[in-house]
Order: sequence, then C-alpha cells, then structure tokens
Amino acid sequence: MALSADEVRHVARLARLALTDAEVEALAPQLSQILAYAEQVGEVAAQDVEPTTHPFALRDVSRPDEPQPSLPREDVLAAAPHAEQDRFGVPRIVSEEG
Amino acid sequence: MVLTRLSAVELAQKLRTKDVSAVEVVEAHLERIAAIDGVVADGDVWRAVPADELTSRDIHAYLHVTAAAAREHAADVDRRRAAGDDLGPLAGVPLALKDVLTMRGAPTTVGSRMLEGWLPPYDATVTERLRAADLVVLGKTNMDEFAMGSSTENSAYGPTRNPWDLGRVPGGSSGGSAAAVAGLMAPLSIGTDTGGSIRQPAALTGIVGAKPTYGTVSRYGLVAFASSLDQAGPFARTVEDAAHLQTLIHGHDPRDSTSITDTPADLLTTLRDGIDGLRIGVVTELQGDGYEPGVRRVFEQALERFERLGAKIVEVSLPHAGYGLPAYYLIAPSEASSNLARFDGVRYGLRVDAPTAEEMNAATRAAGFGPEVKRRIMIGTHALSSGYYDAYYLQASKVRTLIARDFASAFEQADVLVSPTSPTVAFGLGDKTADPLAMYLNDVATVPASLAGTPALSLPAGTAEAPDAPQATLPVGLQIMAPLLRDDLMYRVGWAFESDLGFTPIPAGDTAVEVA
Repeated sequence: MALSADEVRHVARLARLALTDAEVEALAPQLSQILAYAEQVGEVAAQDVEPTTHPFALRDVSRPDEPQPSLPREDVLAAAPHAEQDRFGVPRIVSEEG
Repeated sequence: MVLTRLSAVELAQKLRTKDVSAVEVVEAHLERIAAIDGVVADGDVWRAVPADELTSRDIHAYLHVTAAAAREHAADVDRRRAAGDDLGPLAGVPLALKDVLTMRGAPTTVGSRMLEGWLPPYDATVTERLRAADLVVLGKTNMDEFAMGSSTENSAYGPTRNPWDLGRVPGGSSGGSAAAVAGLMAPLSIGTDTGGSIRQPAALTGIVGAKPTYGTVSRYGLVAFASSLDQAGPFARTVEDAAHLQTLIHGHDPRDSTSITDTPADLLTTLRDGIDGLRIGVVTELQGDGYEPGVRRVFEQALERFERLGAKIVEVSLPHAGYGLPAYYLIAPSEASSNLARFDGVRYGLRVDAPTAEEMNAATRAAGFGPEVKRRIMIGTHALSSGYYDAYYLQASKVRTLIARDFASAFEQADVLVSPTSPTVAFGLGDKTADPLAMYLNDVATVPASLAGTPALSLPAGTAEAPDAPQATLPVGLQIMAPLLRDDLMYRVGWAFESDLGFTPIPAGDTAVEVA
C-alpha cells in the first residue's frame, strides 16, 4: 500500500518521532516501496500455520523466586540525563489543574 | 615474527610456551590500531577521531580502544601464567567487541547519537564470559546504528572501510568487527547477526564469521534490535579460531529468557574429521539471477572442491526462501519499533528538553536516531498498528514457520546446505545509500537461516572481480548452514574446505596492511 504524508505523520505520532516536513516527504515514497515489497508475504497460503517466534518453542521461562542483587541505584541514576531525589526526572506529565 | 598476522590458536601456543607475553601481543595490536585506524591514541580509552576528520586512509574499525584496561589485563594474565596458574585455552589473546554489547569501563554507543557517552553499569554475559576466559578486550567496534544496515555506513560516527579496498564497504552491520580482524587489528572479534550482520561482513572482508544456533548465546547485555533473531557470534581469520571463540561464549544463561538449555555438540573434537560421504545441499533458490558472475564462478568452484573432497552434492529446495526477505523486513522492524521504545530520554542517553513528556520523547528520538533507524521504526510501528498486525507481523511469522519447515525437509536430504553468502562482492562507499531496498537485498541469502534459527557460517571461498572494477581482487564468501544445534557440522565442513583451499585471509599489497 502507498502511504500518504498524513499517514506517515500518524505513524510518526504513534512512534513518538518528531519528523520534519522534509523527512515526511522523503519517507512516504520510501516506506511505500518497502511495504509493497514486504507485502509479498500475503501471497503465501498460511491460514492454518502456527506463527514462529523462537525455533525451540520455549514455554514461559522463569527463574527460581530467590532474591538477587540489583544494580546499585547510584550507578543507574548516573546514566540518566536528569535525576534528582533518587529518581529519574521527567517533564510534568499531569497538569496542576488536573 | 609479526604478531598481528598470527591466528588466535598460534598466539595462544606462543603465550603458553612463553615465547611471547600477553603484554607484547596487546602492544603489537595497539600499535597497529594507532597506525591505521584513525584514533586519538591518548589516555586510558582511545577515541576514534570525529567522523568529519576521518581520512580516506583510516579504516575506522574501532569507536573506542580500551588501551589501559587491555594492558592491565594482559599484565595480569602474564603474572598469573608466570605463577603457574591454570589458564584458559586462549588466555591472553586479544579481541574486539561490537559496540552493541555492554562492557563496564567504556562507552557503549551502538553506533548511535542516542547513546553517545553512555557508560553501561553492567557487563553483557558474552563480555563476562570472555573476561573469565582471559581474552583481552582491545576495544569496541563500529557498526550500523542499532545494527540496522549492511555496510556500516549507517553509523553515526562515520563509515568503516574495507581493508581489501579502502574505497569499499566492509559489509554490515558488524563491519567494524570484521574490518578489525581482516585488517590485523585483532585476531578475533565478536559481532551480532540478526539477518546476516556477521556472515555478510565476513564474506566481504575475506574472513570467517558464524551465527550460532539461535538461543545458544546469551543476549543479556546485547542492546536489542530484533529479539527473536539477534544472536552474537565469532569473527576470526580461521575456522578453528572461530570454533574456539564460539565455544567460549555459548551456553545457557538464566538472565536471558530466550536462552536454551541445550548446547551444540563440542565444536572442536570433530573439526578435522573431513567430509567424505557427507551430503552437501545446494539451495536452488539461493543462486542464479541476482548474484554477480564472479560470485557465481567462485561458488561453482567451491562445489567442485567439495566433490573432490569426497562429499556428494545434492540439489535441494527451500520453496519459501524467496519470501524470507519480505518476512524479515516486517518481523525485524516490528520488533525494533518495540525494543527502541525504551529510548525515551528518561533513563539513559540523549535528552532534548521540551515542555511536556511526550514532546520531550519525540524531540529526543528525532534528534538521537539516524535516517535508517527512523525508517525501520516507522515500518515496524505501521506493521504493528491497529488493523495491520494480522496482514504483516502475524503473516510474516507464519511464513517464518514455513521456512523453518523447508529447512527441516532439506536437512532430510542433505547434511548441510550451502550458498553464496552475499550476492555481491564488497561495493563502493555510497553506492547503495540512496536506495534502502537495494541495500536490503544484500541479505537475501543470509536471512532464511536467521528466520529458521539454524546455525550458519561464512568463510572465504576465493576472490573475484567487481562489476565496476574488472581488475579488482575481492573476497567471496561461502555460506554453510547446518541443522539446529549442529554448529559442529558447519565448522567441520568449513575446516575441510578451508584446509584444501589454502586461502590467505590477508589483503596482499593493500597499503593499510603493509604497516606491519
């Protein structure tokens, strides 16, 4: 399928990518071409075929429920672009008016 | 004796007999890196020179060289050897790590601005195992951003050059790891392979590269691209070296929920058993049109060699192989769009400030990701979005089942399957960057084994000209695919072929390599 510029903007919003108009214009034909190629998978009759996500079909994997050491908090926060009061700092998410 | 020309096994032997010290081996490699790679050889961690200052003579295999830590580790190995400690088989041998695996003490960038300067707080399991085996890490190697690409031109830090011809690409996405080994800046390196990112660069740089059976090498500490496909594996200049390196990194890891408890049969005990009587399957769908004449000629010669060595050539079919690449370019971007959601400007890496959290996320991601990563995130987000999931990701995952069944049937008729690794020899820098789909077609022969999870190895089969350079001498890779968990078989077939061919994996006459 061919993606319009507006559809590209919609997908970019879902993907949290602030694209410029020039990027949107360049991406629309590129994504359309790649999708047209990838859509060949639709030619395969596979209604009754189970999908594969792992060659060994593992079942749920869990480790024994025993406490393990975590990474030191200060090491993890040291890598963050903004941290304060032992937490990651982010811009306001909820407005004060609620 | 030029230490940088020796194989890992040869170096290990000389280290064991104390003909050389681990410190001398590290120094020889650091000296060569400083001479030809384009690094600022200064301080504890050497940095690659910035992309706009690289010259056309810099190979640019390394992003960071952990010079001080390597010297210190090597000295420690020498001390323990002198004290009579029991050391591992490759103790003191240096190696390079693709910059997608975390290692404390140096940045992990994944070839992206998004993680520029990030210091990971933990080691990948692969890193941990290599250190425990006393391999000495020389540094972190260049790669296509987030391992998305087939030429290493998508690195945010500038492209790596092919030691065979500095005007050509080394393949990708593990191009830095391949060029480090081909350019004699490490005897061994680790890459990762999602759709061919170890095998294709091995082919284009004339070395050996292997993608182990999916699930046998831990992905803990491997920055995820497409989780159901990503697998780390070895690069080396000999099949035996690669088998040794894979042996050191595989095995179950409880920290990776996709890690399996089985391990392949020992890769070294049957290595020299030969291939008399083995059935070698030529895959009908992975040859012919679309493969360069030089690649086809070398592949035909390889089949004749296998017959001379006593193997039986049989023609086999993977009927759905032609759908492998379309399925891959839905599955991998879909998983990438999900995995890369974690780069949101909060916990690590870049942040571009904005008034709201959502604007901050979107501005950070716009600034941190390069064009190819954005393209794949967009494809994947679209493919997973409401109304499209069944036709795209689910259908591609069903095609994946059919491809795996094709492999299972083919392995009833043949012990291993072979094909050219790549349809082309190394192409020129910039030749394919304007056409994303043309770049994707590099993976046509490697993607089927990725989707099936089967182990596959590429080794040099000879050299050929390039369509744009009739006089050129460029390596051609042969791909050997084996059944699940039969990694031992691909090494055995590879070793027999390599021993008979006598390929010298050193680009003769290349100016970069003349610096001994």
